[in-house]
Amino acid sequence: MSTVDWKNYEPVLIPNIKDIHKIDVYRKNGGYEALKSVLTDKKKWADQKSVIEEVKSANIRGRGGAGFNAGLKWSFMPPADGGPRYLACNGDESEPGTFKDRKIFEYNPHVFIEGALIAAYAMEITSIYVYIRGEYKAYIQMMEKAIQDAYDAGMIGKNIFGSDFSVDFYVHSGAGAYICGEETSMLESLEGKRGYPRVKPPFPAQKGLWGRPTTINNIETLSHVTSVINRGADWFKSIGAENHPGPILYGISGHVNRPGVYELPSGVPVFDLINDVAQGMRNGKKLKAVIPGGSSTPVVRADQLDGVTMDSDSLREVGTMLGTAGMVVMDEDTDMVDMLWRITHFYHHESCGQCTPCREGTGWLEKVMLKIKNGEGEIKDLDLLLDITTQMEGRTICALADAAAWPVRHTITRFRDEFEARCKKSVHAVA
Amino acid sequence: MKYEFTEDDLQEIEKIKAKYPEVKAATLPALWVAQNRFGHVNSDVQKLVAETLELPEAHVHGVATFYTQYYKEEKGKFVLDVCTCLSCQLCGGYDVLERAEEKLGIKAGETTDDGMFTLNEVECLGACGYAPMLQITNDKYVNNLTPEKIESLIEDLKAGKTPEYEQIEMPLRKVK
Repeated sequence: MSTVDWKNYEPVLIPNIKDIHKIDVYRKNGGYEALKSVLTDKKKWADQKSVIEEVKSANIRGRGGAGFNAGLKWSFMPPADGGPRYLACNGDESEPGTFKDRKIFEYNPHVFIEGALIAAYAMEITSIYVYIRGEYKAYIQMMEKAIQDAYDAGMIGKNIFGSDFSVDFYVHSGAGAYICGEETSMLESLEGKRGYPRVKPPFPAQKGLWGRPTTINNIETLSHVTSVINRGADWFKSIGAENHPGPILYGISGHVNRPGVYELPSGVPVFDLINDVAQGMRNGKKLKAVIPGGSSTPVVRADQLDGVTMDSDSLREVGTMLGTAGMVVMDEDTDMVDMLWRITHFYHHESCGQCTPCREGTGWLEKVMLKIKNGEGEIKDLDLLLDITTQMEGRTICALADAAAWPVRHTITRFRDEFEARCKKSVHAVA
Repeated sequence: MKYEFTEDDLQEIEKIKAKYPEVKAATLPALWVAQNRFGHVNSDVQKLVAETLELPEAHVHGVATFYTQYYKEEKGKFVLDVCTCLSCQLCGGYDVLERAEEKLGIKAGETTDDGMFTLNEVECLGACGYAPMLQITNDKYVNNLTPEKIESLIEDLKAGKTPEYEQIEMPLRKVK
C-alpha cells in the first residue's frame, strides 16, 4: 500500500490566499472560471450530461457522511419537464465531532457557491437553497453576503455568462434540530414544517421539495465540484486514497494538542493525523480510542489502529466508517461508560419521535446507560443494551436509529471489560 | 401583552415569502423575525406569526415547539447554552457547566431571579475543535472555555461587555 503524501499537499478547497472569501479576490484567482467554462465552452462541455459524467467519474463521495458518489446521485434526476427543480445544499452540520463546513462558509464561500451553480446547471435546477443550522448565525450572515455579491456580479440570476441558464440562490436558516441534517427531514424543514424524515421511496430526485425533483448535497461535496471542473476528474482521483478520492476537510477534536480543521488528502494514516497534524496527545497521555467520523461512526481502540488510514476501505477493515471525517480523539483517562452515556443522551434528545423503535429505543438506551454510569447496572443490562440496538437498526424511516445504535453496540463490544467493571455483581435468586 | 410586528418586520416577512413557492415555507424564518423582535415566541407570538402568514396556529405551534432555538417563553437577557456533547464532554464541558451553575446560583434550565441569565445544557453546536464552548442567546460562540473563563465571561456580561465574533484559523493554513 502506498502512503499518501499529505506533507506536500497544497490546499485547493480553502487555498492559502488572503481574503479569498471576497468575490473580487476569488475571481482574480480563477474563481467562477469553472462555471463560465461549463456554460460557454461548448467544445469542452457539449451539454449538461457531459458535466454530470465528469463529476461521476471523479467519484466525489458525499462528505456529509454517507459517502455516496455525488455525480451518480445527480444522474438520478428525471429529465426536465419545464417545471421547477431544486438543489438543497446541506449545511446543517450537527453530527457531534463535525465542524468543517463552517470553514467553507467563512473562508471560501464562493468555491461552494460556484460548485452549487455548476451542479444546478448540470441538473437543470431552477432554485438553490442552502440550509444552514440556526446556531451558525455568523456563517448565515457570511453566506447571505457572499450570495448577494455573486448576484451583483452576475454569477447568480438570469442568463449567467450570457447563457440561457438562470437560477436563484437562497439561504434558509435552521432552528436547532440535529435531525434536519437527514436529507428528507431537511426538505420538510425547508418547507416550513417539523423536521420529520420522509418515507422513501419516492426519493427526492422524483419527489423532493414541494413534490418536485430535488437533489441534496453536502456543502463540502459541492465545493469539490468546482475543483473537479477546473482540474478534471483524473486530477481529483489522483489525490489521496483510491477508494475515497480527493481532498477532505478533517475535523480533529478531543484530547490532542492542536485540534482544528485541516484540508488534506483522503487516506492519511490515523496516527499521522493525531501525532503530526494535531501535534500529539495532550499532556503526554496515551491514546485510548478514536471515533473517526462523527458520533455515529463506531469507536476504534488504539490497538486496532496500526496502519489504518482515513478512507472507507481501511476503516471498514476495523469495523468503522469515514463518516464526516470529524475525528474525536480520546486519551487513556477517558471513561468510556460516561462517553457512551453522553452519546445516548444526544440521540435520545434528537430523535424526532416519529418511529417507535427510535423514539422508545433511544430513550431506553439512555436510561440503561445512566443506570450503568451510576454504578447500578448489572451485567445483564449490557446484553439488554445490545438487544435494544438490534430492535432499532433498520426498522425506522431514517438512519437516526442506526446512528444511535452503532456507538452502543461497538463501544460495549470493544470496551466490554470497562463496562462490566462498572456493573454490580449480579445476584439472582433462582426460582 | 399585545404583540405586533413593525412595518419593517412585515416588509421583511414579505421578502421572505418571495423566496419560496409556498407561504408555509416562511414559517421558520418568520418565527426568527418574531423572536428577534420580541425575544421569544410564546403562544401569543406564535398566534401573531400564524395570523401574519395566514396559516393555522396549530401549524406554527407545532413548528415552534419542534426546534430548540425558539424560546417558547421569556428567557434571561443572556441565554448561556453550554455544550456538553461528546468533544465538549471530553474536554471538560461539565466542569464549565457546574462552575456556571455555582456562579449564577441556578441549575441548567433555570433563569436567575434578576432575569439576567438563563443557563442551558445543550447538544453539539459544531465547534468540537474549540471545546468546551457555549453560545450566547443564539448568537456569539465563546470557545475553549475553562471554569475560570466562564466566571469572567459572566462578570463581563453583567458589566455589559459582550464578546465579539471569534475567528479561528485552520492551523495548517498559511495565508500568502
